Amino acid sequence: MSGENPTGGSAGTDDSAGQTADESTKPESPTGFRRTWRGFRAHGLAVAGLVVVSVVTLVGIFSYVDDAFLGNSLITSVYYSPFAPEFMPLQGPSMAHPFGTDTLGRDVLARTIYGAKVSIQVALTAVLVAASLGSPLGVVAGYLGGTVETVVMRTVDVMLGFPALVLAIGLVAALGFNLTNVIIALGIVYVPQFARIARSTALSVSNEEYVDAAKALGYSTPHIVFREVLPNCISPLLVQASLLMAFAIIAEASLSFLGLGVQPPTPTWGQMVSDGSGYLTSAPWISLFPGAAIFVTVLGFNLIGDGLRDALDPRESAERRF
Amino acid sequence: MRYRYIAIRLLQTVPVLFGVSVVVFIIIHSAPGDPVVNMLGIEATDENVAQIRQAYGLNDPLYVQYANWLGGILQGDLGQSLTQNRSVTALIASRLPATLFLAVASMLIAVVIAIPAGIISAVRKGSASDYGVTLGALTGISIPNFWLGLILILLFARTYNVFPPGNYVPPSEDPVAAIRHVALPAITVGTAFAALLARQTRSSMLDNLNQEYVKMAKSKGLGSRKIFVRHALKQALLPVITVAGLQFGYLLSATVVVEQVFAWPGMGRLIWSAVQQQDYPTVQGTVLVVATLFVLINVIVDLTYSYLDPRVSAS
Repeated sequence: MSGENPTGGSAGTDDSAGQTADESTKPESPTGFRRTWRGFRAHGLAVAGLVVVSVVTLVGIFSYVDDAFLGNSLITSVYYSPFAPEFMPLQGPSMAHPFGTDTLGRDVLARTIYGAKVSIQVALTAVLVAASLGSPLGVVAGYLGGTVETVVMRTVDVMLGFPALVLAIGLVAALGFNLTNVIIALGIVYVPQFARIARSTALSVSNEEYVDAAKALGYSTPHIVFREVLPNCISPLLVQASLLMAFAIIAEASLSFLGLGVQPPTPTWGQMVSDGSGYLTSAPWISLFPGAAIFVTVLGFNLIGDGLRDALDPRESAERRF
Repeated sequence: MRYRYIAIRLLQTVPVLFGVSVVVFIIIHSAPGDPVVNMLGIEATDENVAQIRQAYGLNDPLYVQYANWLGGILQGDLGQSLTQNRSVTALIASRLPATLFLAVASMLIAVVIAIPAGIISAVRKGSASDYGVTLGALTGISIPNFWLGLILILLFARTYNVFPPGNYVPPSEDPVAAIRHVALPAITVGTAFAALLARQTRSSMLDNLNQEYVKMAKSKGLGSRKIFVRHALKQALLPVITVAGLQFGYLLSATVVVEQVFAWPGMGRLIWSAVQQQDYPTVQGTVLVVATLFVLINVIVDLTYSYLDPRVSAS
């Protein structure tokens, strides 16, 4: 954009007379993002959460790369040994198998790495689906009011009449147990959470002056809803999204644990914990390591959510729904 | 005024419950595959299938099937299980007490831990104990309950024989054994619940400690304990009750999973086995009953709230 931006001495060139509006405002007060980031960074634990989540995501991406380009060679050769000549089931943690091996002699570390992929993939997609369905619905309901609001919010009430996981189980029971259906089920379950928050935020945003200004300028309703109101509802939705990521990971793991989620042989954390539950005393590592992976990842997302909430809106209460 | 509020609030649940029943019906009937073929197995002849379809009314249009189902529900008939030779109502009746016992025990444990922890944390804000409670709550929210359950079994049932690893004993038969057996599952379910309650107690306590009337009481020279109990605590617990009610849904979700860990013969295991065996009438009935329970508990919470805080029903 501004190619002549001075490399070092920004204070030296202070001839603000001919500058455009957006250039002159930038250095003065930090933008929303920068301010948020500053608040977020001040929250030491939130940064720790971000680090944890980044690591887990990278691990998940790594297993994609391994799948696509390395033909599983890395994981297979180093850790994955289902049909290795020396078939060694139920081995405790060692140098060769840092997390031990499971009942079929498979390396628990390799499977935990693969589990990261499913967890992050399901949670991220489900939350994105829920956010992209629920947020516009809520904003439209909040802005338009009247019949639209009544219909949307009564539907939300009905959906919230179900305990989240019970609804998810009902949905996967009808749809079938696989990756896509788990994503669809969790996506549907979390729609009302976004719709509710989007609506209440939209209600207050609708009274802002810039919305009146947009109306006075004769902008169309869709324009006002999606260009003026929705972008200004983002903060609480973002906080909700990061907290729901935590729930979605637990929910996916719970479905897998119950055998109602992604099916074997694809390894998932919940499934692995369940596999090891019969060997608790003889081979506790089978359940302990993947469970710890769930715990740490969920903790990471919760820390990010708390940090974002404090950075974006310190007043908002800690009330949440499962 | 209050009776009117109660009546309105109860009436409001009717459309919600109606909606819930429609959603359950639609979900289950959108399942691919023919439940009758599943039920009879692949060796069923066409005549057999046709007979059963006729008998179960599966040839009727969907809205007729729904109307029949709803009519049955209103008379307490949730249909017939496809896999067990019993009515869904009887199955639920045999499983509901175990789940309720677990839910109530979990709630008690959560309340006993969370409310004092939240209060201490708020009163001593910034202290080591506040930090400990905050961190503990964060851990409690993040820990997957089925994993926590397994760890508790490993520690307290297998390694140290303190509590039995689940196995429901009805409290009416042997109250002491019942409590011993419910201990581990209730701690498992109650942990995350306690974490949420502690967070809520802390934040609403902090809100109230900064209120004008607390400052006023302080300036009048009232002792801090008196201020605390008479003013701040009473007000602070109101939102905690609401959260406890809203989170009851979480409690029910958690029992579904935790029952599996502890072989607890409740609604969760019933839903689970029905889903596994594609016993759709049972899935339909149990999900409906659990959702209804949740909706009704929220109503009770609202009514309790209005009783404690008359401003609610007046507005």
